Amino acid sequence: MPKLTIDGKEIEVPAGTTVIQAAEKLGINIPWYCYHPALPVAGNCRICMVEIEKQPKLQIACYTPVANGMVVKTNSPKTLEARKSVLEFLLVNHPVDCPVCDQAGECKLQDYYMEHGQYNSRLVDVKIKKHKKAFSIGPTVMLDQERCILCTRCVRFSDKITKTNEFGVFNRGDHSELDLVPGKQLDNKYSGNVVDICPVGALTDKDFRFKCRVWYLGQTKSVCPGCSMGCNIEIHWDKSRPRTQKVERAMRLKPRLNPEVNQYWICDEGRYNYHFIDDHRVLYAQRKDELMALDKAIDLIAQTIQPLKDSGKSDRIGVIASAQLTNEDLFIIRKFFKDTLKVSQIDYRVPQPTGDSDDFLIKADKNPNTAGAQTIIQPNGTDSQSIIQKAKQGELDVLYVFGHDLVKLFGKETVEQISTKVKLFVWQGSNINETGSYAHVVLPAAVYAEKDGTFTNCQQRVQRIWPAFLPLGEAKADWEIVALLSEKLGNPFSYRGADAIFKDIAQSVGAFSEMTYEKIVDQGMVLKK
Amino acid sequence: MQKILTRHFNQSDSHRLDFYLRDKGYEGARKALTQMTPAQVIDEIKKSNLRGLGGAGFATGTKWSFIPQSNPKPKYLVINADEGEPGTFKDKYILEQDPHALLEGIIVTCFAIGSHKAYVYIRGEYLKSIERVHGAIEEAKQKGFLGKGIMGTSFDLEIIVHQGAGAYICGEETALLESLEGKKGFPRLKPPFPAVVGLFGCPTVINNVETVSCVPPIILNGAEWYAKLGCERNGGNRIFCVSGHVKKPGIYELPLGTMLREIIYEHAGGIRDGHQLKAVVPGGISASILTANEIDVKMDFDSLKAVGSMAGSGGIIVMDETTCMVWAAMIAARFFAHESCGQCSPCREGSGWVYRNVKRIYHGEGRKHDVANLPGIVGNIGGNTICAFGDAVTMSVGSYVQKFRSEFEYHVSQGKCDLLLNLQESAR
Repeated sequence: MPKLTIDGKEIEVPAGTTVIQAAEKLGINIPWYCYHPALPVAGNCRICMVEIEKQPKLQIACYTPVANGMVVKTNSPKTLEARKSVLEFLLVNHPVDCPVCDQAGECKLQDYYMEHGQYNSRLVDVKIKKHKKAFSIGPTVMLDQERCILCTRCVRFSDKITKTNEFGVFNRGDHSELDLVPGKQLDNKYSGNVVDICPVGALTDKDFRFKCRVWYLGQTKSVCPGCSMGCNIEIHWDKSRPRTQKVERAMRLKPRLNPEVNQYWICDEGRYNYHFIDDHRVLYAQRKDELMALDKAIDLIAQTIQPLKDSGKSDRIGVIASAQLTNEDLFIIRKFFKDTLKVSQIDYRVPQPTGDSDDFLIKADKNPNTAGAQTIIQPNGTDSQSIIQKAKQGELDVLYVFGHDLVKLFGKETVEQISTKVKLFVWQGSNINETGSYAHVVLPAAVYAEKDGTFTNCQQRVQRIWPAFLPLGEAKADWEIVALLSEKLGNPFSYRGADAIFKDIAQSVGAFSEMTYEKIVDQGMVLKK
Repeated sequence: MQKILTRHFNQSDSHRLDFYLRDKGYEGARKALTQMTPAQVIDEIKKSNLRGLGGAGFATGTKWSFIPQSNPKPKYLVINADEGEPGTFKDKYILEQDPHALLEGIIVTCFAIGSHKAYVYIRGEYLKSIERVHGAIEEAKQKGFLGKGIMGTSFDLEIIVHQGAGAYICGEETALLESLEGKKGFPRLKPPFPAVVGLFGCPTVINNVETVSCVPPIILNGAEWYAKLGCERNGGNRIFCVSGHVKKPGIYELPLGTMLREIIYEHAGGIRDGHQLKAVVPGGISASILTANEIDVKMDFDSLKAVGSMAGSGGIIVMDETTCMVWAAMIAARFFAHESCGQCSPCREGSGWVYRNVKRIYHGEGRKHDVANLPGIVGNIGGNTICAFGDAVTMSVGSYVQKFRSEFEYHVSQGKCDLLLNLQESAR
């Protein structure tokens, strides 16, 4: 393996590594615009030029492969001068409309200017006027040609990743413009990613534009709950606004690098699927139309279950859990219903229509935790359809449903019937749906963005989610609500948090053995066979 | 003085095969194909000191030897006939008046590098050239000089003519390859060099029209003969294109190493009546301009490099004392701004900025700092770009500012052009 020196630090890297990658390993940041580790090298922005001993010209770090004995200087006067000059060139025809630009605050042009530029402007000439400013190029993205620095990252993304070829650079010289290929719209399932990879404010997200200045955003690592792929994301939320239900807290979702799962990308379906975090939430417990305190509602449920528990009539209870829940939620559901109450009529699967899928990130199973639910709940024999049938025929006293909209799945009539036939129909969920209005008791559950826990994706990878916010209203994580009920029925759990539950899962569920939150950190760990 | 490249020029039907055959036509190719091995051909060219006459002056035999013969992919020869360098018009004459010289050169070159397909990329505006090359290919095919089993040997060769679409940058060899592949003419990152990964990802030699046309005489007459025509490390003759304020503008085939003064004053007849030499661009607009005091220089690749300019494409642009150098710089800058492909930032943004800057100075709207800033701005382009275009901007425009700075300053301070000043300067 070639050994080289960068800024006086030695490093040995595999042959074929580029200088920019080797520098990154040393924690030395070489600036870039056009370079992207997942895209072919274009080498056109020139800001990553570095001085390499014995080479007369500066070399672009993104393209130059390392060589044994190479001596690279990323901070020499010559290198810094070149960076400065590239920045100056990039601003020659740039509108510098930062005050009205959505990218401000996360703009590489701004960042590098603060770091390397800060020269007195030598520009007095009229700038080249480009054709399109604030121009819609599809359902999700806006284009501003003036701000574009023609790095071609979006062009390469649409050529190589989605292979949809929407973008091109047209005209020549300083009249070059990024634009759509004639007759095309940016309308693919991954279109939002071009906004992420645009280093400047040329491509902005319609969903996010003018909603929030990025320096007001807090970031919380999470996993997309939109399908079983479990793409790693960051939830960006508004730090400046009070955490009430009156305003949106979640501002946008951004992909988070996980080379094993989603690399740098997420699909649009996942990206824009966050409004439910703040909208149409179940905030308080409810009995029919009457709001009530959560502990009162728990009392109410306990009163119905207690006699069944005492008389051992667990066959009068049916539970439909959900693969939308975390492993921790499901583990407490299993402990309470299966282990304590001895309920055997428990399932998490519901007859859902097959979802949209492709051979990249989008999976047909729209649940983030099917693998986890299967491993933890292990439904034996009974399935949700037979539980529903029994409830409909009055063979159950209690039906406890987590999140599912039974009206959509089984029809209004069935749910109406269940409502009259069973003694207690509990629906616990985070967002209002029609089923809730038929339930006898509604319990307010937290959404994934308010929870600590783990999901297991379709690769059997256990991945961590972190709470971005406190739950709204009286909502609680599903496991907490079940734990309250369990306590009320005389079986208190001693878990103080999701991490404690996960420790227990690791001890009692073989597939999770030896896993800890510390070990799965950002990138996850695969279930044992 | 022996003429090689231009020996057939200005004779009726010089472009026809029967004319060409009367003067040992295709004998060089026959000799190479029947009596020599490819390695011997390459060796002969190396010894001849033939250099790339498109502008870079790279040793031709060495370039050919870079083709990896172990590579199982097809090899290609691409002829760069996208003659676009302002001040240059030599290839046009070869293509129009002696196309068979080029074709014969192609046959020998392809034999040497093991190629069975050659492309001739001709500048889009050169309609007559395109027509003549097409005609010559047809004639050569009928005689069995092209196609399958050339001249009774087992060597096959096909030549394809491609018409360019009017971009200067497509004369840059890798942009030319991109264009030939049907893409936008953007120069490629190097390495890999075309000899390894060239046209359609295959090993490719790209040679200029004039260079390849020199090959058959070298094969016929020997490398030593050719090398002796020129000067040290610069073999043979080249065609100098003289334009501007001379009495006899035109093309002159002269040995490499001929003095610039001799070309201007003897061959081109000197400066037009009653005027004096002020400046001269020695190798196409990309080359640094030389002042009247700098013309005692040998016109070969090494000598011109030593004085900070370049031999380039052999386009000599002569300017007398009536020429405003700010204006001349503006014309050069305008050309570069117009022709920059726009791929990499320093050249894309810089070339236009430089043009606007010089234009402002020329029109008397310059500011105090403009002249002082210009060398720095221009200097930030060269050496920092993907291809040599950026170097050309720096070299060319930079040299006007460097050598005629007082004119730029006069434009700024007086807000106008003063040719009286020019007269005084050239008298100094």
